Amino acid sequence: MRIPILKQGAYLIATVQAGATDTDFLRLREDLLAMVGAIRARGVIIDVTALDVLDSFASRSLKGLAQMVKLRGADTVIVGIQPEVAFAMVQLGLTLPDIATALDLEEGLLTLRERECERKGRTHGT
Amino acid sequence: MAKRNGNAQGATGGDGLRQELVAHLREQREPLRQMWVQQMTAKGLLAGLSKQEIETESITIYDTCVGCLATAQYESAQVYATNMAERGVLRGMTSEQIIGGLLTLRDVYGRSLAGRYQRDLARLSAALDVYEPVANKILSIVALAFIEEREKVVREQQVAIRELSTPVLQVRDRLLILPIVGIIDSVRARQITEQLLRNIRSARAKVVVIDVTGVPNVDSRVAGHLVQTVDAARLLGARVIVSGIAPEIAQTLVTIGVDLTKMNTVGDLQGALDEADRMLGYTVVKVDSAATASQG
Repeated sequence: MRIPILKQGAYLIATVQAGATDTDFLRLREDLLAMVGAIRARGVIIDVTALDVLDSFASRSLKGLAQMVKLRGADTVIVGIQPEVAFAMVQLGLTLPDIATALDLEEGLLTLRERECERKGRTHGT
Repeated sequence: MAKRNGNAQGATGGDGLRQELVAHLREQREPLRQMWVQQMTAKGLLAGLSKQEIETESITIYDTCVGCLATAQYESAQVYATNMAERGVLRGMTSEQIIGGLLTLRDVYGRSLAGRYQRDLARLSAALDVYEPVANKILSIVALAFIEEREKVVREQQVAIRELSTPVLQVRDRLLILPIVGIIDSVRARQITEQLLRNIRSARAKVVVIDVTGVPNVDSRVAGHLVQTVDAARLLGARVIVSGIAPEIAQTLVTIGVDLTKMNTVGDLQGALDEADRMLGYTVVKVDSAATASQG
């Protein structure tokens, strides 16, 4: 099952459905990278609200995805991690250390906007 | 061979003897029970009980014990002991009172048997063989029931204390405070984290201040729990500030090599609130009351 990717202005939103498999994550990565280039996206939001488990493979591919998207010039925010999932993840040591996280889609969009402002401020400054 | 015969005879004789003992104790019920109550009163074991309570309780205990002796079944004793332990603990009776009372009853029965068989020592010995295991069994049932009841109360109180001691407070829009008081073990750490995560979601918190002023000692395990809580909160998009790490705890943590550099730590709660305000973009301005009054 392909994970759908929505375009919202300069941002891309991918909502992962419950029961997404490892192949779905790999496919999402390819699709997203292609789309980031195609629409010149500045930010990517991955919504995992529906997931009741995020295993090591999923966390690793999310981490890889964020790094790759970064190389293509966009920021990634993971949103909607459930409290139980978060707890299970830290117990397994999967803390996603370098990835931005936010409570939900709304917060994720705000985070991306803030980052963009910061970046603009920096470029204006120099 | 002779020995086995003896045993077999003992068993059949034992059953007859058992009935004889039961009959004797039932016959002597009133005088023995009175003697028992008297002895307990003399030892001060009945403090806090009314006359009526002493009557009914002593009759029930006496009959339950004799019943156990008659049938060699202990269910009724078990039920009664659990029941008594529940009431006893509730009313603040000490274990000494209850177990002492039963020891006294054991002695009363024993004396009475000794009195009855004093001319026939072999018969007395056989009677004690039947009687003693029953008495011991009843005593251990009661003692265990009592201990179990105590443990139940202790467990219930532990749960209550845990729930009381981890409130999550909202001080401003999107700012939560979690003051931790007392020892953090892994069970409690888990509970604190789960509660915090639920609250982060319901309050849509962006910043959380964890204040550990009330935690008596922070060792590497506790620090590990804290790091986990911080990481979990971050996965939900909240930033965590840890405050109140005492100077000596800071020394210990650095000496034993716990790495807390990833964490945002602030000296005290006041500093943590300032930091949180800064993160959320609040500024606290003191209103000059004299100036506003003159303006108004």
